[in-house]
Amino acid sequence: MNLAEFLHMGGYAAFLWPAYGLVLTVLVYNVWSARRAHQEARRAAARRLQMEETRS
Amino acid sequence: MWTWFHKLASPPHFYRIAGLVTPWFAWPALVLILVGLYGGLVLAPMDYQQGEGFRIFYVHVPSAIMSMFIYSTMAIAAGIGLIWRMKLAHAVAAASAPIGAWFTVCALATGSLWGKPMWGTWWVWDARLTSELILLFLYLGFIALRSSIEDPQRADRAAAVLALVGVINLPIIHYSVVWWNSLHQGSTMFNPGAMSIEMKWPALAMLFGFMLYFGAVLFVRLRAEVIRRERSATWLREELAR
Repeated sequence: MNLAEFLHMGGYAAFLWPAYGLVLTVLVYNVWSARRAHQEARRAAARRLQMEETRS
Repeated sequence: MWTWFHKLASPPHFYRIAGLVTPWFAWPALVLILVGLYGGLVLAPMDYQQGEGFRIFYVHVPSAIMSMFIYSTMAIAAGIGLIWRMKLAHAVAAASAPIGAWFTVCALATGSLWGKPMWGTWWVWDARLTSELILLFLYLGFIALRSSIEDPQRADRAAAVLALVGVINLPIIHYSVVWWNSLHQGSTMFNPGAMSIEMKWPALAMLFGFMLYFGAVLFVRLRAEVIRRERSATWLREELAR
């Protein structure tokens, strides 16, 4: 099987590759958004602690 | 046992341990997903009825199973949170919801992309497809309800009730292809003999990969939840100083 044949997927390429592409994009996006949420929570907590410090 | 459990559930310990175990979920998940992709796209033989198009199976079925598995996790966690008033359990439910919603989107969209060439239509309002769409709305409702209530404890409780009520949808999704006439085919994954092992193993690799992936993403989201919910500043100050 050569590469062109593989990419052609027996005529189903137009359906198969978007399906795989979507799932892989979602997998990557979930990791990115979870890490961003974590960093954001850390930054927000740091700001909160700093505000408490300046008040006291 | 209980002291160990309480220690684990205390925010500083949980935060640290979640950080330590995340890579142990993430790397095996990556390996399994890559193996599953290679197995599904290259090694598995093509289907005698659906040709190469059946390979959508390897992303569609694991996504669909995950959409229900994560909902179960979320509902059990929400139930534990309601009964024992455990904040960490509510955090698990809250952190699971977006991941589960995305897997539901994947199941619906890949199913649509599979339905078009095989059934000749992107969508039919049959029991399986409709109940899976309702699952997506349950996830979105859960997320929206949480963010619409200011007081975190009330938000936890209200969302938990919604998650528990929605559990009724899970057996409906699972048995929809048995109870009603459907374009959607029956279960091949859990039906012994329906599929040869050469065809099945990449899907299992993918499924276990997705489960470990869910674990890894869940732990990262949980760390964010733990920090958001933390009021006592001492350990947080130490943690953030690192």
